[in-house]
Amino acid sequence: MNFYPIFKKELRSYFTSLIAYIVLTVFLALSGYLFYTNLALFITWGGASIQEGLWQYVFHDMRLFLLITIPLLTMRLFAEEKKLGTIELLLTYPFRDLEILLGKFLACLVVFSLMIGLTLLYPILLAVVYQVEVGPLAASYLGLFLLGSAFISCGIMVSSLTENQIVAALVTLGFILLFWFIDWNEAAASPTVANVLHHFSFFEHFYNFARGVIDTKDVIYFILFTFFFLFLTLRSLESRRWRGLR
Amino acid sequence: MTAGNTVVFYEGRLVIEVEDLTKYYGEIRGIEGVSFSIERGEITGFLGPNGSGKTTTMRILTCFFPPTRGKAKVAGYNVIEHPLEVRRKIGYMPETVPLYPDMKVTTYLNFVADAKGMDKGQKKKKISEIMEQCGIVEVSHRLVGNLSKGYRQRVGLAQALINNPEVLILDEPTIGLDPKQVVEIRNFIKNLAGERTIILSTHILPEVSMTCERVIIIHEGRIIAVDTPENLTGKLEKSSKIVIQIEGIQQEIKDKLRAIPGVINLAEKGEASPGVFSYEVESKKEKDLSGEISYLVYSNNWKLVEMRAVKMSLEDIFIELVTKEEEM
Repeated sequence: MNFYPIFKKELRSYFTSLIAYIVLTVFLALSGYLFYTNLALFITWGGASIQEGLWQYVFHDMRLFLLITIPLLTMRLFAEEKKLGTIELLLTYPFRDLEILLGKFLACLVVFSLMIGLTLLYPILLAVVYQVEVGPLAASYLGLFLLGSAFISCGIMVSSLTENQIVAALVTLGFILLFWFIDWNEAAASPTVANVLHHFSFFEHFYNFARGVIDTKDVIYFILFTFFFLFLTLRSLESRRWRGLR
Repeated sequence: MTAGNTVVFYEGRLVIEVEDLTKYYGEIRGIEGVSFSIERGEITGFLGPNGSGKTTTMRILTCFFPPTRGKAKVAGYNVIEHPLEVRRKIGYMPETVPLYPDMKVTTYLNFVADAKGMDKGQKKKKISEIMEQCGIVEVSHRLVGNLSKGYRQRVGLAQALINNPEVLILDEPTIGLDPKQVVEIRNFIKNLAGERTIILSTHILPEVSMTCERVIIIHEGRIIAVDTPENLTGKLEKSSKIVIQIEGIQQEIKDKLRAIPGVINLAEKGEASPGVFSYEVESKKEKDLSGEISYLVYSNNWKLVEMRAVKMSLEDIFIELVTKEEEM
């Protein structure tokens, strides 16, 4: 697998084009603020358990910020190459489509991991003054990571369909929101359909993780989602080739 | 060539073999039934107006996309069955020279070297060699996005050359350059030939006669001629023309010239200088009338100012071929 050159190039590009810094800053500022206010809320209420309740709040908030920041990380991955025309050279270098895709996906995943990795500062700070249970927290981080990789694969797929980065970001946002709210109104669909939609919902599958519970069903859901969209991206790359368009 | 990155060149004589190559973009025809072969070490020019199918052919040869129908082999590898092997053998520079603007020249060439699977140990040496060869050492630490068109073109060539490719495919390599740069790039390309096989496309006719040993003329997706520039010129000249300038009485000169046996047509080309008129004498191709004309001038005591044979330019041929095709 010769994806390393692409991976390196993409990762460098994230940091030389400042996108990574900007997205990281915005995400950390927002999640830091929400962590602080949530903590303040729990302390004021007194009676509620910080151990159980706080992280649920914090992770649900972080999830919201991923929704906004991840499309900004994925939008350029293919759209920019197409706009610049560099995809023509890239596709005539000795890479397989899969290697190009993996290089880009992993680079984005690394930036994203760095982004959520830096939020570990919050539990570490809290642990100084208060007892923090590691297990449930680890489960929540796993959930966040899986959710993020699902968002990323969706974003890459959309990026491979357009050469306009704004379009890529917006459509990705649309996709993610759709999967988020797909089961929000059970009255709008028949019970069977509603039940099926229920299983497709990001919201539903993230809920357990946020509570600190790892359910294999949820893990498999996110992994399958990620693979499915990566697979679609491969097909999109391939079809573009057969259609003969850039 | 040092060990570790030894490039074993393809043994066969024909480095590129193309048979009945056809590409449709949906309903739109890119190329149709294109067949040709190119020998090792040849510089071949694809000549054709914009949109004639030059880029399409090149994109198939570089495995950017596969053909709708037909067969293409580069260095013995089929572009459909072994695209990775083909891509290892080629260096390609697309027409627009697409580069990453946010990368430094050295960073970019490093990426290309990695992409083309170059050995770590000699990568550095090879890159500085190539930068030297392409004359981009002085811009090596600048961002690609800030380079002038001429330098971009050289970086484009450098990325194509970095894997020491057996086949070099250059799409409009001199487009958008100033005249001095055009000459430099042309000479550079000429110097690259030898073991390497080079294909370049152009819509500029003199470029072909200056750089290429063979021309493939493409028009509306089909090949209409394949030959050396000289042969093409020779083959298509239906008549030979001599331009003369003579001082003397116009009517008398015209009548007497027309009376020479073998003259097909006589055209008056206007007054070159006071009292001196130009005429173009056209005769059958193999018939050389210069002897008869000089005898006529001598015996009539005219003053001959100029006499020269007119060669048909590649430009004339191209237009002739293209218009002939359209009449069909």
